Amino acid sequence: MELKQFVDNFSEQLENEEGIEIGGEVKFRDLAEWDSLVALSIIAMADEKYGFKLTGDDIKSSVTVADLFQKISAKNS
Amino acid sequence: MPSFLIEHIAVKGIAASVPKHIERNEHYPYLNREDINKFIELTGIEERRVASDQICTSDLCKAAAERLIEDLNWDKSEIDILVFISQTPDYILPNTAPLLQERLGLSKACMAFDIPLGCSGYVYGLSVISGMMKAAGLRKGLLLAGDTITKYNSPKDKSAMPLFGDAGSATALQFDTHAPNLQFDLGTDGSGYMAIIIPDGAARNKTTAASLEAKMVEEGIERNNCQLALEGMDVFSFGITTVPKAVNNLIKHFNLDIANVDHFVFHQANGMMNKMIAKKLKLPEEKVPYSLKNFGNTSCATIPLTIVTNLKKQMETKPTSLVLCGFGVGLSWGSVHLQTNKIIITDLLEI
Repeated sequence: MELKQFVDNFSEQLENEEGIEIGGEVKFRDLAEWDSLVALSIIAMADEKYGFKLTGDDIKSSVTVADLFQKISAKNS
Repeated sequence: MPSFLIEHIAVKGIAASVPKHIERNEHYPYLNREDINKFIELTGIEERRVASDQICTSDLCKAAAERLIEDLNWDKSEIDILVFISQTPDYILPNTAPLLQERLGLSKACMAFDIPLGCSGYVYGLSVISGMMKAAGLRKGLLLAGDTITKYNSPKDKSAMPLFGDAGSATALQFDTHAPNLQFDLGTDGSGYMAIIIPDGAARNKTTAASLEAKMVEEGIERNNCQLALEGMDVFSFGITTVPKAVNNLIKHFNLDIANVDHFVFHQANGMMNKMIAKKLKLPEEKVPYSLKNFGNTSCATIPLTIVTNLKKQMETKPTSLVLCGFGVGLSWGSVHLQTNKIIITDLLEI
């Protein structure tokens, strides 16, 4: 499981009109597109692509996209 | 997850009722145009029915029950059990079911009680009433399920207010030795009790002056402790993982063939969650009806409301095989496979 792939999957959930590329270090709450509905898309993506049940607490305790990735890889390994 | 079946109980009719007053989400004042459009697109909820202060859940259920009794031409003295499923009773005590027994003019020999479950309540209620009817040999029963959850919503809570609507329902059941089995699968995960909660006002946290102080939880979410708090992310996460598993459990346990089930009627939580659940179960779209667009999430009334507004023609004219699944507050979930044979489905009532 790779961070780059996760970041790509994360980006797909954003309605990123300007096509800005994001990296794992991005603080996702600072993104203009981020809101509670995007959060639901991220939960759905984690379930669909990683078979992982991401909770509200997982998202609240994460700051960067890489933090979320770590939660998924830690529990999946 | 216990799976079990109940024999000899037939569903004979279903009625649903909603308040006349419509609130359109595009006019929701606490979200900007862009955000409300996005909300409507993802949840599928365009408008909701909202009860006035004069209308309680019991009034909605009473109207549905009266019409159903009339359409079925039932003798009220043969109704031996009334179960009221709701989280919005008339009073903290007594139960609302005894009030309805009296207001509907049912016999004093009729047993009547409440079950205060929410989104899973319709399926749980079906299991309890049919189980009692089978065990005690009761002739006829009424399951009245509904909620006026908007009474518990903070208007300034964008995470809850635009989701919920009010509705009531009545389902008629009858002892019938020729009835196909009702097949159930029920489950609970109380570790998620905080996901949907009204923290104050009951015995654990009694109402104090502080309970009624509005607090800013985050931008766009302002509510007090006697109002409904929804952890949307946790409910969503629960819905898309637990619900497909539970329905699959029912399908496997009873060896059901999806091809032979006419419709899968899910609790109407929100469009995005419901579509993911249907997709994970690989259900054909035409088998999964919705009532979210015009009514939103009406708690334990969503399943009968979706049936009345989508399946009237089919169920009145043909034998119909259904899987119903309710899930949510508790956390709690229940699925049932039931087969009906040309039953009464009343037109939607508005009061």
